[in-house]
Amino acid sequence: MAKLVANDIPDGSYVNLGIGIPELIANYVPHGREVIIHTENGLLGVGPAPTPGTEDFDLINAGKKPITAIKGACFFHHADSFAMIRGGHLDFTILGAYQVSQNGDLANWSTGSPNDIPAVGGAMDLVQGVKNVFVIMSHTTKDGTPKIVKKCTYPLTGVAVVSRIYTDLAIIDVTNQGLKVIKLAPGIDKNTLINKTEADLIF
Amino acid sequence: MINKVFKTPKEAIADIFDGATIMIGGFGEAGSPIELIHALIDQGAKNLTIISNNAGSGHVGLAALLEHKRVKKIICSYPKTAFSEVFPDLYCNGEIELELVPQGTLAERIRCGGAGIPAFYTPTSVGTPLAEGKEIREIDGKFYVLEYALKADFSLVKAYQGDRYGNLIYYKTGRNFGPIMCMAAKVTIAQVNKIVEVGELDPEIIVTPNIFVHRVVEVANPLHEHVLVSQNKKYPWTE
Repeated sequence: MAKLVANDIPDGSYVNLGIGIPELIANYVPHGREVIIHTENGLLGVGPAPTPGTEDFDLINAGKKPITAIKGACFFHHADSFAMIRGGHLDFTILGAYQVSQNGDLANWSTGSPNDIPAVGGAMDLVQGVKNVFVIMSHTTKDGTPKIVKKCTYPLTGVAVVSRIYTDLAIIDVTNQGLKVIKLAPGIDKNTLINKTEADLIF
Repeated sequence: MINKVFKTPKEAIADIFDGATIMIGGFGEAGSPIELIHALIDQGAKNLTIISNNAGSGHVGLAALLEHKRVKKIICSYPKTAFSEVFPDLYCNGEIELELVPQGTLAERIRCGGAGIPAFYTPTSVGTPLAEGKEIREIDGKFYVLEYALKADFSLVKAYQGDRYGNLIYYKTGRNFGPIMCMAAKVTIAQVNKIVEVGELDPEIIVTPNIFVHRVVEVANPLHEHVLVSQNKKYPWTE
């Protein structure tokens, strides 16, 4: 999935990567493309993961993991970082999700459970400001419950903010007409996808 | 003569009072002024309101300040981090108040606090539980939430180098909230790895102008939180 997303990001793009699977996308940028990766904690120009033994814990990503900085990178403070995010300067953000609804609502910060420690980070800023919001997630939960739904039941991160969803079963665009399937994973047919999706799909 | 240099973290934080509002820099451990926080634990001020992006990890630094019940309220964006045990326990037992703020809204509230802007409209959190009860305004066909500036009695930040005027430069992603927190407090206290002579820092690359900084203290080899956490250390040190 990370490789598919990386393939869809054009040369010259400014991209913010969320915590988890999205972090892997940096490893799959096709050869010959220059993509500048932004991390919300104050760096444009995230490089490959450091080799063991060279980690610098003052040089970390949003997930607080050690990273490296490419040549030409720059550091900045948090208000500037979120001016880049909110101000519409970034081309793509790639985020994980608990649920996406058929009009592009995103729920990715809280399950709403009383035992859940609420934590939001930069997700609500990213979905409002970045030009294209891509979600990368498993198509269903581990017990098979659909994550692409008519209406999110978990607390929202943003309303009508998602542009595209990448799952293990399909790539789906959020359009004004609804959720449009643009690609099926190898071995997955239309009916399988419909059965594993609560929301309506357009083929 | 202007000399904002203090000899020790203990002297630099000595007048922090019970009930104070304190901004603490850092994103995780990067930029977290751990020696200033430990001095604050030793000093004993309590009933504090803390403004910080996270809520600490392990049993050192900010997590230790919470563990010693010095904090009544924390304003932050992401209080759960790998190895954060103290905050979840306090929160689940109702022993600490949490104001959860989206990270960009937190940064802008702090920036505005330092810049004389009392409030601002932002698209962040519109239509979510974090906008409930807040004023919503439509501007040019889009909806925005009214958010108020944050100010503090003290800011504790970590920078890389500083001089006796209070000019600061930072180190890599340790910069994060430092520059804006310096602007938003009545008294800003910076720990730096090295104090240099006035004039040594290139005026073209100074990140925090000295007017925003009131006290500077050198901590030449600051502790690393991830090392302390991996060794299961607790502050105050027991051995």
